[in-house]
Formats: sequence, structure tokens, C-alpha cells
Amino acid sequence: MPSPLRTLSQKVWDAHLVREEAGAPSLIYIDLHLVHEVTSPQAFSGLRARGLKVRRPDLTIATTDHSIPTSDRSLPILDPIAANQVAQLDKNCKEFGVPHYGVHSEHQGIVHVMGPELGFTQPGMTVVCGDSHTATHGAFGALAFGIGTSEVENVLATQCLLQRPSKTFKVQVDGTLKPGVTAKDIILAFCARVGVGGATGCVLEYAGSAIRSLSMEGRMTVCNMSIEAGARAGLIAPDETTFEYLKGRPFAPKGEEWDKAVAYWKTLPTDEGAVFDRTVTIDADTLEPMITWGTNPGMGVSITGAVPDPSGIADALDRDNVEKALAYMGLEAGKPVLGRPVDVVFIGSCTNSRISDLRAAAAVLKGRKVDPKVRVMVVPGSMDVKRQAIAEGLPEIFREAGCDYREPGCSMCIAMNGDQLQPGQYSVSTSNRNFEGRQGKGGRTFLASPLTAAATALAGVVADVRSIL
Amino acid sequence: MIPFTTFQSRMVPMPLNNIDTDQIIPARFLKTTSKEGLDKNLFCDWRYETDGTPKPDFILNTPRGQGAQILLAGDNFGCGSSREHAPWALTQFGFRAVVSTSFADIFKGNALKNSLIPVVVSPDVHSKMLGLPEDALVTLDLAAQTLALPDGTAVEFAVDSFSKTCLLEGIDELGWILKQTPAIEAFEARRVLSVNTLG
Repeated sequence: MPSPLRTLSQKVWDAHLVREEAGAPSLIYIDLHLVHEVTSPQAFSGLRARGLKVRRPDLTIATTDHSIPTSDRSLPILDPIAANQVAQLDKNCKEFGVPHYGVHSEHQGIVHVMGPELGFTQPGMTVVCGDSHTATHGAFGALAFGIGTSEVENVLATQCLLQRPSKTFKVQVDGTLKPGVTAKDIILAFCARVGVGGATGCVLEYAGSAIRSLSMEGRMTVCNMSIEAGARAGLIAPDETTFEYLKGRPFAPKGEEWDKAVAYWKTLPTDEGAVFDRTVTIDADTLEPMITWGTNPGMGVSITGAVPDPSGIADALDRDNVEKALAYMGLEAGKPVLGRPVDVVFIGSCTNSRISDLRAAAAVLKGRKVDPKVRVMVVPGSMDVKRQAIAEGLPEIFREAGCDYREPGCSMCIAMNGDQLQPGQYSVSTSNRNFEGRQGKGGRTFLASPLTAAATALAGVVADVRSIL
Repeated sequence: MIPFTTFQSRMVPMPLNNIDTDQIIPARFLKTTSKEGLDKNLFCDWRYETDGTPKPDFILNTPRGQGAQILLAGDNFGCGSSREHAPWALTQFGFRAVVSTSFADIFKGNALKNSLIPVVVSPDVHSKMLGLPEDALVTLDLAAQTLALPDGTAVEFAVDSFSKTCLLEGIDELGWILKQTPAIEAFEARRVLSVNTLG
């Protein structure tokens, strides 16, 4: 018998059970399916081959974000393979009746930025997308996770997925973040604590006073990187901050529906006394700005810390892993990352391209000049973020500081669109992955917060933002 | 789907932990709209020089890397993105199983949907398998859920029971879900009464 005391993620799971059959995984219903150009074409081809329709186009939305240039949108896409993929999504959406916020839409953006900001993502929902950073939407108390293309096809055709329940894992973050320390540093610290595979098989719930104090955008930054510790999903209980953010958004419920929805959403937080399979605590009071030194997001350290010395690691494969990472990154064991010259600073991605991220970076850069040796790219997450930034005068601040301010998209987070590092180059990036070649073949990535990125842009070397606050 | 059958193969060792999906198939090859042709870029940046010349030391470029159907990798294989292009590339190259001490969740699910068996073994068995001679043959029997090693040891492994049935009987998962349409319709009908703000 399952416990009558349920966690947030279990409550959402329970509410979406369509059918349970002995010997098969549970059939669960999906409330919101987000689609983009990279992981959907083969799924739409599958539907066509079977003569199937999209079951619920009203619960499906598409945008174009990964493959598109972040330069002038009035120009054609020069890469013919990318252009074909972008055109294919447009064609598929028209044929199957899926609303598409495409390249020329006023709401185009990175799928995990535009979905929440338009009010599509709501508490208690199940949300999927053919993208591992779908966990972002867990910030609203939705059970949101990435799926492969076969599952994209399953959801398009049936609005359902076959799933086994995950283990529950609570990440308790109490205390108050010090100036210069952000949501990004919380999640980088968590990844460093448990490692890149440390939460495999789990759904995370982030709780505690430091999480409650975060804005919705900060919460999205935290949940976004749940997958970087191996978790499928990461949730935060909905509260007044959530409701305040959602109220009045284009696709949020209105009037009586709103009141009904809020009443339901208030039932979602984890029951007092519900048991998690595992708990980890993080002390926000002592947290410092974090930076990664290696080739996975779990290889992180506080900005004043040193990269590890592999000679002290007993397990041979673990030791090889660190040695290989240090060799790829061109770093010396035991030395700090602080002070190392960088070639590129990238401020963007589904982790850190929202208006509050741009404001934070702009506040550091305002009235200053970036180091002329560093290319600094600022890529807003969506057309809505771009408009808001213009209203606040942020593009002028970035341009006057010497940054390259670009059009919305995934850009150099995944380097599919021509925005990329050259072999051997170093970046400080506000994105989510530092795998070998992630930002371009041979490129070397240090992951950090927008504040650390902006401070680094000014200094030309990895910098501690606290020294200029 | 073609039913999965027992096979015997040599192994290709790749004893590295946390082999991520960006190594298996770098993102720049995801601009395709097809599932085909990904094998030539499997492990691209480890396999080729910038000018496209194969790196002679990389295992897939050696005789040992050719024609084997089992990849023997380190812990947390397939971490990172949800791209199903990773198992597509591996199976197109000829792999039918990856043996490791653990797998990333999304990769594991994607692999099973493409007849690529993620086989989890204990660290001890893993070390033993890495120490086997180059020409050692291993037999993977999915029905019995065993890996038979040359010394006669049968190593048992776990596999999701539903995925196993689908693989052995060639059942197509989407076809199976489509048969649940009455239950899906019933769920949608009762959901009208609860909060469903989009639909």
C-alpha cells in the first residue's frame, strides 16, 4: 500500500494515472507537450507513416529555438540542413494543427523560457518535451521531464506515456544567499555535491527557506539543471510567488477558473510527514559563487576553491575521469580557476536567459567596458524577454559595455547554429553543460552564474563578482 | 519491430565513466530530419581529427572496434540530453547492447525502444569483463536475462519486464498504447470536472 502521505510529485503523478495494468508501466496523461525542431521531425514522420493525427493539438505547442541563427531574423538561414529542419517543423505544425511560435513569431523563444512566460506551464501539470531541460517547468510544481523522440511520437498520438514512478529525493536549502550568490550557484553546488549521476532514477523536490525566497525565474534556473545530476525532474511546491507570477499571463486561467485553479494548486505541496527516499541539505548561508572546472556539470567548485587533485582518488575509473577532464580543460590539479583568462563569455540558454538574468548581468556591466580580448555574447531567451529588455534599456547597456547582443535562441549553449567556440578556446557560460565540445569542438566551458559571467567579461579572466559589488 | 534474439559477440571496451550524449553524437549532427546515417558520426570528436582523418588510437578505428555488438562502457553511460539520436547512432553502427555499472534514465528508456539493451552489472563483474581477452565471446540472452561469460559464468541482469516482453515479442509500444484509447477517453471525460485549464 502506498503511504497516504504524498509528496508533491506523487500527487501530480496520482492525478494523471490513466490506467494501471499488472506487468506494464503506468499509463499517465500529459497536460502539456512542448515541441521543437530538433527532436520532433522523426516523430511526425512516424505519425504520417501510421496515418495518425495529433490527439490533442490544443495541449501541444511548438517553437523553434535550437537550430536557428541568433543574427538578423530578416535574413534567410544560410545552413541548408538547419533551414530544412526549421521548415519541416513549420510544415509539420501546419499539417497536424499544432500552434507554432516559429522564427517570426512575436513569442518565439527557447522552449523552456517561452512556455512558462506565456502561462502555459501551471502547477500540478504533467509537462513533457523532447529535451532534457524540461525539468525547468518543475519550478511551478509541475511534473516535467524530458523524453526521446519515440515518446514524443507516443504523446503526439495518444497524449499519454508509459512510465514507472521514480524515487523521491528532497533537496533542502535553508538560509539566506549572500550578495553575489544566486540560484545558479545553488544548483551547481547540488550537482557538485551528488555528482553528475547522483540523482539518477529520482525526482527531486527543492525545498527550504532559500528556495522559497527565490523568484520564479530563480526557481526555473534551479529546476532546469536537475538533469545535470541525473534526475528526470525537479519540482518546487507552488506558493504565492508562483500564483503572483502566473496571474494575468496570456494562457493562465482567468476569473472563476483562476480561483478554482488556485484552490487546487494549494492542495499540491508535499504532505507534512511524507517520506522521501533520500534527502540532501545545502546551507545557503555559507554558499559561495560556484564554477565548474571539468567536463561534466558535477565537476564544480566554489569560485575561490581549487580544482581537485586526481592522485588522491582511489577508484581507477573515477581518477581517469578527473585526469581526462583536467587534460581536456588544460588545467593543473590543485590550482584555482579564478584568474584564468577566457576568450568568450556567453550569457544565455534555458538556464539563464530570462529578464532577471539580463538585469543581473546589466547591473554589473553598466557604465563599464568588457575586456577587449573577450567576445561577450548576450542572447535573450525569448522575444518577450527581448521586448522587456528594450523597455528597460538593457541592450544599450550591453552594447555600450562592448557586448554582442543577439536574437533569441539556444545559441552557444548547444552550438548547433554556428554560435560556437573555436578549438581550445575558453568560455565562462551561464548555460547548463560543460561536456567536451558542447559549445563547439575542442571548446572548454566553465559554467557559472550571470553575475560571475559579467564580472569575468569585465576582467578578461575568471572573476569573483563579490570583488566589484 | 523485429523480435530480439540471443546473440554472441566480442566486446568493445570503452572504460570511461559518464560518457555523455554529446560524445556519443555531437549536437551539430542533430539538424537532420531523418533517423538514418548517424553511425558515421558516432563518437565523432573522439573518432576523427578535425580534418576528418580517423584517429588511429580510438577503439572504433581499430580491428577490435569493428563487427562487435557489445559496448563495454563506464558508469553513468548516456548522461546528458534526451536525444534518441544516441541509440540510433549506436545501433546503426552495429551495437545491440551496452554493458555498464549504470545508465542515465532517459538514455536507458530510449535504448530499450530501439532494441539496444542497457545491461547493468556489478562493479566486480564489470572489472572482470574489462579484464577478459580481446577475442572473448559473450552471449546475451534477453529471455533468461543473462550474460554468459567465456568461463561459463552466467551473469544475471535486470530489465524492465514490459520492455523485455515488447523486445522479445516484437510488440510496438505505440500500438499497445493506442489499444488503451477507451481508457484515455474515459480519463479525458472525467478530467473535464477537475481543473484542466488548457484543455
